[in-house]
Amino acid sequence: MRPYLMKGHERPLTFLKYNREGDLLFSCAKDHTPTVWFADNGERLGTYNGHKGAVWCCDVSRDSRRLITGSADRSAKLWDVKSGTPLFTFEFDSPARSVDFAVGDKLAVITTDPFMEQTSAIHVKTISNDPDEQTAESALIITGPPRVRINGAVWGPLNRTIISAGEDATIRIWDSETGKMLNESSKETGHSKTITSLSMSEDGSHFLTGSSDKSAKLWDSRTLTILKTYETISPVNAVAMSPILEHVVIGGGQAAIDVTTTHHRAGNFDAKFFHKVLQEEIGCVKGHFGPINALAINPDGRSFSSGGEDGYIRLHHFDRDYFNIKM
Amino acid sequence: MTTSTQKPKWGDLEDEDGNNLDFLLPPPEVIGPDKNGIKKVISYKYNEEGLKVKVTTAIRVTLKVMDTRKSVAERRSWPKFGEAADTEEKKEDKGYTTRSTEDIFLERPTAPEPGGQLMLCRICKKKGDHWTARCPYKGLAPDPADATTTTEESDSKLGKKYVPPRPDTKRRDDDQNSIRVSNLSQDARDEDLIELFHRFGPLSRVHVVFDRQTGLSRGFGFVNFQHKEDADRAVEKLNGYGYGNLILKVELAAPGSKVEK
Repeated sequence: MRPYLMKGHERPLTFLKYNREGDLLFSCAKDHTPTVWFADNGERLGTYNGHKGAVWCCDVSRDSRRLITGSADRSAKLWDVKSGTPLFTFEFDSPARSVDFAVGDKLAVITTDPFMEQTSAIHVKTISNDPDEQTAESALIITGPPRVRINGAVWGPLNRTIISAGEDATIRIWDSETGKMLNESSKETGHSKTITSLSMSEDGSHFLTGSSDKSAKLWDSRTLTILKTYETISPVNAVAMSPILEHVVIGGGQAAIDVTTTHHRAGNFDAKFFHKVLQEEIGCVKGHFGPINALAINPDGRSFSSGGEDGYIRLHHFDRDYFNIKM
Repeated sequence: MTTSTQKPKWGDLEDEDGNNLDFLLPPPEVIGPDKNGIKKVISYKYNEEGLKVKVTTAIRVTLKVMDTRKSVAERRSWPKFGEAADTEEKKEDKGYTTRSTEDIFLERPTAPEPGGQLMLCRICKKKGDHWTARCPYKGLAPDPADATTTTEESDSKLGKKYVPPRPDTKRRDDDQNSIRVSNLSQDARDEDLIELFHRFGPLSRVHVVFDRQTGLSRGFGFVNFQHKEDADRAVEKLNGYGYGNLILKVELAAPGSKVEK
């Protein structure tokens, strides 16, 4: 693999997302401009200018026309993907951390951080087809536990539930209509430290979480039972699942705060591939100079990209050998 | 690349933008692509010395046929926007995406090679299972065989405290005669210690300790004498001796010899 290095961001990457066809790659970073790239050759298509703070998360609609971004400037914005013009701004009282379009793109979930007296919250917004009719009203607000940040929230199967995970290392499943909590992961068997990332499988039947406790876990999205655990040697910041192979990718590395005090080889800034079922390590891809903060696999399963604390996005197209790995 | 020494006449130049002489250059030519798919682009420019330079670039053109969806093909032709559109005008956008010069592989975890070295664990003495660093018993109590030898010593001196086994229990003979010199000046080198200690008797080894990372002296060193008497005399005379604005601390280094005294 000869990866493409994309150096458009001046600050650490926070999130990567492919559109459904896998031809566009959206990147968010702690600088204020989400960027879209062509996913085949890494050419920059455009930037979405308008946020005034770090951008934590984004999601793109199924038809690749709308982009939603959540930012630390206490807003989430809807964008026209093609032109980069902001269509609507949802204002909050605290930073928006995670965004996710529901299946059908009629609803979006936005989570906000605990801030001053505000507790963390999960907002469900109705997204109108016509941006002129868009309103800021929330269809549902779920308040989370006090002083605990929600790092990721995604829609469960058939939009019936919302799955959230955060700093308290607990995963919660909420009813997306009533806001009632349906299920909660147990402290004993689940993660022991902050859950940093949450990635839903293609069919919504299971999801993967990465945590600072140096492990990633695969969960059933209905019963919230742990299916698999992938152990690594450094905190996990990002997780992704291959849509075509039984592979999961885990990225992370030693926390950025400790990087200067230890040897560079101790950082483990590589993307690790695990067999989803056997839980065995398949291999690792090196290259970043800092911890990996974001990972995404192309929906065609033939390339993946990683975004690091070093500000680079590395876009890898898999070699032929990758598809013939025997375990 | 060829250069022509023909300089433009100064009268041809415009006053305002003296540096931009591009209008005097012949137009760029494109030859090919030929049957090997190589296209030649010949362009002209002025280099820093004001000389006309002919630049010939060979570009291999490969046509890749891909099946894409209509929507993907349409998006491919979208105009650039945001900051990407600004930079396209200045032709600077190329710097944002580069191809790695390095080939990066999916590195497989270390698989046991057939006929290769057998993995041997020094902790649990198991062969072929794992390396010492990956031993599941790492950090736990050592083998009972090792434990008996160490506990005998520790019981007598330090109570029941665990003493890790030393790799080399046999000390070199002249270690008995080793003395430690601390509070040394940063500038002191091996030669200075030789000069200071040789008058007490023949030396076998002199060593000033340097920090591996910073390369600076750590302010202490070791001197080995060939005879124990000389070492004792040196300690007696030089402990508290003023050397280079500092008061030396000189003591016998070997813990065994300390006990003897």
